[in-house]
Amino acid sequence: MIKREWMIALAFLAPALILLFSFTHYPAIQTVIDSFWSTARGRRPSLFIGLGNYARLLEDDIFRRAMINNAIYAAITIPASVALALAMALFVQGRLAGRSFVRMAYFTPTVLPLIAVANIWLFFYLPGFGLFEQIRGALGFDPRNWIGTPDTALYAVTAVTVWSQAGFFMIFYLAALQTIPPNLRDAAAIEGCSNLTFFRRVTWPLIMPTTLFISVNATINAFRTVDHIFVMTQGGPNNASMLLLYYIYEQGFRFWDTAYASALTVVMVVILALVGIGQFFLLDRKVHYK
Amino acid sequence: MIVAQANSWSLDRLLFTSGAWLLAVIWVLPLGYAIMTAFQPAAFETQITLQAPLTLENFIRAWNAAPFARYFLNTVLLVTMILVAQLILCSLAAFAFVRFEFPFKGVLFALVLLQLMVMPDILLVRNYATMRTLGLIDTILAIGLPYFASGFAIFLLRQTFMTVPRELDEAARIEGCSWLGLLWRVYVPLAKPTMLAFGLVSVSHHWNNFIWPLIITSSVETRPLTVGLSIFATTDSGIEWSIITAATLITSAPLLIGFLLFQRQFVQSFMRAGIK
Repeated sequence: MIKREWMIALAFLAPALILLFSFTHYPAIQTVIDSFWSTARGRRPSLFIGLGNYARLLEDDIFRRAMINNAIYAAITIPASVALALAMALFVQGRLAGRSFVRMAYFTPTVLPLIAVANIWLFFYLPGFGLFEQIRGALGFDPRNWIGTPDTALYAVTAVTVWSQAGFFMIFYLAALQTIPPNLRDAAAIEGCSNLTFFRRVTWPLIMPTTLFISVNATINAFRTVDHIFVMTQGGPNNASMLLLYYIYEQGFRFWDTAYASALTVVMVVILALVGIGQFFLLDRKVHYK
Repeated sequence: MIVAQANSWSLDRLLFTSGAWLLAVIWVLPLGYAIMTAFQPAAFETQITLQAPLTLENFIRAWNAAPFARYFLNTVLLVTMILVAQLILCSLAAFAFVRFEFPFKGVLFALVLLQLMVMPDILLVRNYATMRTLGLIDTILAIGLPYFASGFAIFLLRQTFMTVPRELDEAARIEGCSWLGLLWRVYVPLAKPTMLAFGLVSVSHHWNNFIWPLIITSSVETRPLTVGLSIFATTDSGIEWSIITAATLITSAPLLIGFLLFQRQFVQSFMRAGIK
């Protein structure tokens, strides 16, 4: 009798689980195995080289550049997106003239494809043509090629990421702010509590779980949001805006060095796994606010 | 004292409102500038002026400069296929997790959740090799296949299915309803809001997805809009910016218009799908 139920359950689960294992778990494991082998080239077959690909990683300047860039990219996009999302949510949750326009302005970038966003910003930054440069020109600054200069390319694409995702995170803050009981506000007003104190003592602790949720998502995004790099900089100039996932693409599908790309992918999976483990412990401790 | 307070309050208000608007204006500028450029003749593309005549010429030229109609068709086929497959496969799986007892249930569910962290988007090299083995390179099916079984959808639907009252379920069973009938007649109707929310998130995600489709497609017949646009915009053939921005708006228009019309649903869907 129990066996029968197992069979029915299996029938319901099988289609989804087979696909899930084929395109997530199997490739993850196989990628680790592949990373110990060399790439087959022409008539030279793939050979077991142990940690050879990883030894190459340590020597690879572009890999190091990509990791440093990705760390900078994460260090800016995560706090900036969280802070802006919170500011946006606070702005549009209460009374505000033209609230629906403001909310729409914040959220609209979220529905645009990142490729389209990249084109829009490429034009926006364009030396001599773009609005950004025209405004700077009108203020008396010298023209600058933001995307074509190694010093600024990474920051130029970082700004685009923040622009495109902050409005998305705003929604979660809006939802969280709605759950704060209005009588807390009233009580605080009677006590003569200032807006700032109320935010620090009541709002901020209450929305902590949301902040963590958004931070985790922003962290994941910091490693997989690279679409705009393809259009804006292609990792350049001189690898100044090279990020890990873009480097995986370049090694795997431009140079067809699949074994080395596998080793790079393993690094990526390890990073995401660490984020996952971190989230598990962090949320576990803070979740009792719900 | 009271007057002072009222004054500081209105100063507060003023700062608050101007802060909100300043941010909104900064946020709207890049897109607004692109829209302005796209609707003006190419000769005006370097000038910031509202005096320029409005024209649809850029859109017409962009539309004719690349096979956008075909790209549109590909994208629509792609997102429809993914959504239908996701809803069917993930409802079945979520139902099993809610309604049946079987060995390793917890482990299997943990493996499903693992996909929230390690997505197919990152395992590009190996999934490409799998597609080659299956002979699916450069097909629309290959773009969608890795996303059919969505760990996120299974998780979301399981959460919703768990709220279905057990009495309803048992009544249907006593009436002689089969398991599939039970899922279809009792669970699915009650999960419609969740499915709608997930649907919007899924469609906008796959409409905008780029790297995997870029890798796996190589012909006009399979390329989705995002890939088509990136090829169109990076060919250094001296295409005017007004045409590129027009093409950019063409590819984003359906989602953008959908969003502007159904703002509330969009926001609520994203909210519902994101809150765990």
